[in-house]
Amino acid sequence: MNKRPHPPAMAADDPQPLIQVEGLTKTYDAVTAVDQIDFSVATGELFGFLGPNGAGKTTTIALLTGLARPDSGSIRIGGIDCTKNPKAAQHLIGVVPDESNLYPELSGFDNLCFCASLYGLHAHERRTRARQLLQTFSLAEAAERKFAGYSKGMKRKLTIAAGIIHHPRLLFLDEPTTGIDVSSARQIRQLIADLHRSGTTIFLTTHYIEEAERLCQRIAFIVNGRIVKTDGVAELLQPEKEKKVMMIAVANSREDLCSRIASAFPHFHFQASSAEQIRVESDHPISIGPLVRFIEDQGAEVMEARRIQPSLEQVFVRVTGIELAAMKKEKEKGGNNR
Amino acid sequence: MKRWIAFWNIMLKDMRAYYLKPPNISWGLIFPLAWTGMFYIRSGADSVDILSLLPGVTAISILFGTTSLLAVTVTFEKKNRSFERLLMAPIPLELLMLAKTSGAILFGVVNAFVPIAAAAFLTDLSGVDWSTLLPAIVMIAIASTFLGLFIAVSVSEVFEAQTFSNFFRFPMIFLCGLFFPIASLPIFLRPFSYLFPLTYGVDILHGAVHGAAVQTLALNFAVITAFCLILFFFSLKNIHRKWIV
Ligand SMILES: Nc1ncnc2c1ncn2[C@@H]1O[C@H](COP(=O)(O)OP(=O)(O)O)[C@@H](O)[C@H]1O
Ligand SMILES: [Mg+2]
Repeated sequence: MNKRPHPPAMAADDPQPLIQVEGLTKTYDAVTAVDQIDFSVATGELFGFLGPNGAGKTTTIALLTGLARPDSGSIRIGGIDCTKNPKAAQHLIGVVPDESNLYPELSGFDNLCFCASLYGLHAHERRTRARQLLQTFSLAEAAERKFAGYSKGMKRKLTIAAGIIHHPRLLFLDEPTTGIDVSSARQIRQLIADLHRSGTTIFLTTHYIEEAERLCQRIAFIVNGRIVKTDGVAELLQPEKEKKVMMIAVANSREDLCSRIASAFPHFHFQASSAEQIRVESDHPISIGPLVRFIEDQGAEVMEARRIQPSLEQVFVRVTGIELAAMKKEKEKGGNNR
Repeated sequence: MKRWIAFWNIMLKDMRAYYLKPPNISWGLIFPLAWTGMFYIRSGADSVDILSLLPGVTAISILFGTTSLLAVTVTFEKKNRSFERLLMAPIPLELLMLAKTSGAILFGVVNAFVPIAAAAFLTDLSGVDWSTLLPAIVMIAIASTFLGLFIAVSVSEVFEAQTFSNFFRFPMIFLCGLFFPIASLPIFLRPFSYLFPLTYGVDILHGAVHGAAVQTLALNFAVITAFCLILFFFSLKNIHRKWIV
């Protein structure tokens, strides 16, 4: 967790951010998909939008890339005001949509060359770049095969390649690993990290908490169209680090074990995660001996006691009030859909 | 320059991906060939008859060849979301839609020469005014393509685009003076004839092929140009209103 290669989160008050969004709102019929959001992304940053399905992530990307018109608010990309004219900054950006939407009739190679031509690359450059990207994404073998016949993981990889073929300064990635097999997903995360290291600014949406934590420098939590918190990953984790958390697994416990233990150890905070799991939280180191003895005196058995490492999951649950089980369910939905 | 690279490649891509595929070959080439054959056989080898049929058959070839293509290049790509790529590319919408239609226009022009080539074998075409015929063919191809575009951006399913264009195409065969003059239509139908751009285009063809135009050349070209501009303008408006929501 500490091997994040990136420098610490950049200040949100960068004088010339690459993306600057203020008061952005978008309503579809009765649904406010994006509700008064503000954020900025510094040049070179890998910024994450983390939230469950239907939170407004895709809508935000649509608004920033010119596929949707905002009801109110302002958007600046690369210093260009694109609130009224979304075309103005489109030459700076690359977009990888949540669905792999290349041309089924064309081969992988032709798809890439075509996408490059949309940004005005010359024929020679298009071909060189396409070949190079097919190598990087381990798709060289499939270069001449039609896109329609690719597996999901291959489709997603080619869609990412198409998004970066014109060397965009800013890349939008909408849930790049959702519904993809584990090994392709791992490869895609590696590619994203490499891309970021080579200087591309990245706006990534995801509902995988671990993915956001692993890849991003700064994260905005978005729920029901609203940003509930934006901060650097390190800063988000800091309060969790100061807290000591343990999970104690018990067997044969009485129902009121948690309340008994809470009155016996008033300086700790207890919470029964389930009938067999007790969560202990404290600002000071927790010494396990007295706790175990107390539980055993109550006729229960201690199966396991372990220290919980601080993670973004805890922060997310605390800040958004969304239980992890709910996010996991969303994940499976997302995974099966595609 | 960059924009023209995009323009050119959009056109080429559509041609490679769609135009030379069986369904479009059938609509674009076999269908007009069948019409041509049918009419020429019916008329026997009577050369006068062939000349009076040629404008109508040419117009049908262009109309069917172009309109069915837009259902694929626009509606289908909208449906599978690849059209979003084009909307997100730094190309003005006007240029983008010209690129999406120029291939179909070209295809329409090529289609027009299927019945003309057939007619050349059966009769003498030396009396044809080519300098009027060629621009007329181009204008009919543009107008039909933009009609197809207008339909393609008004619907969301490919089959809707096909059905909707037949809703226009088949009445046009009878209303636009392709095979018999508008003057011979029942009087209450005649006003409808003048609502279709094809009426004006076919009139030019009749003039160029066998000297039987009803309106003046200038009027015909002016009206068909106006139709093209209006259809293109409303198609762009529809994209703005419905696809960039
Ligand atoms: N084109 C649209 N028409 C109507 N409602 C929409 C449209 N796009 C998004 N929404 C609604 O807006 C909300 C946010 O959607 P979305 O941005 O796709 O969420 P996410 O990408 O975070 O899953 C959802 O409630 C969704 O149903
Ligand atoms: Mg989404």
